[in-house]
Amino acid sequence: MADTAQARQRETTLMGMYLFLGSEIMLFGGLFAVALALRLMHPQEIVAASKHLHYGIGAANTVVLLTSSLAVALAVAAAEAGKIKGTVVGLQAGAGLGIGFLALKAVEYVSEYHERLLPALAPPEAFANPAAHLFMDLYLIATSLHAVHVTIGVGLLAGLALRVHHRSLALPRQATGVEVVGLYWHLVDVIWIFLYPVLYLVR
Amino acid sequence: MRTIAPLLTVWAALLALLGLTVGASLVLTGTPSLIASLAIAGLKAALVVWVFMQLRREGGLMRVMALGAVFWLLILLGYLVLDYATR
Repeated sequence: MADTAQARQRETTLMGMYLFLGSEIMLFGGLFAVALALRLMHPQEIVAASKHLHYGIGAANTVVLLTSSLAVALAVAAAEAGKIKGTVVGLQAGAGLGIGFLALKAVEYVSEYHERLLPALAPPEAFANPAAHLFMDLYLIATSLHAVHVTIGVGLLAGLALRVHHRSLALPRQATGVEVVGLYWHLVDVIWIFLYPVLYLVR
Repeated sequence: MRTIAPLLTVWAALLALLGLTVGASLVLTGTPSLIASLAIAGLKAALVVWVFMQLRREGGLMRVMALGAVFWLLILLGYLVLDYATR
């Protein structure tokens, strides 16, 4: 009986998380709709604007985020097996790589600021045409909103690592707590998987 | 090891697909480039959702719950494309 109740509790928790993630998908979905409309209306201008972005830094950041997702997936597997040390290390690695992502993103923003590519910080004349200006507006809003999500995720992962380490989250009984944070982190990764080609690789 | 091996395999596949999408952007342009980059991104997302998020071990209801938003998103993007493509 206890097992059924626990399984039901887990399903409810995951379902609530998926509902929240659905709202996140629609939030970013609006931005992807803007990207699609811009590309359909001004193909040449958007290609030229996209070529100014540092696609190498973007690719490096994709590697960082994919690897952090692996670390978190390993942490969830360890949590379900009741391995406390493995869970803590996995969560810490995920959070550390998340900080690495943010650091690399900051370096990128600074160099874009010097190249006068960032809207609001560069005069409108700095952009080749209004479509390029719009594209950079979208770039700044989409990547900064994503960075906010990474920041929240880093906080969640680090906090969870601390709780598991201090045994205030009992494993494997409360492994679902690790699993839901993992789901959030993977979704942030999935959003970046789409943002990267949509922003950096328009050719 | 049985739970870890698929995670490592998927991670390697994701890195390979990243290389593929960067490579494709260097050779393709226009609509083929758009289709290739979105197809590769879709494949990467599917791998993350199926293996990292462990949707493969869940039942039907949970899968509907997880993928429902994708359906709404396709409605949003689909009608947007219809609008611009038929002007």
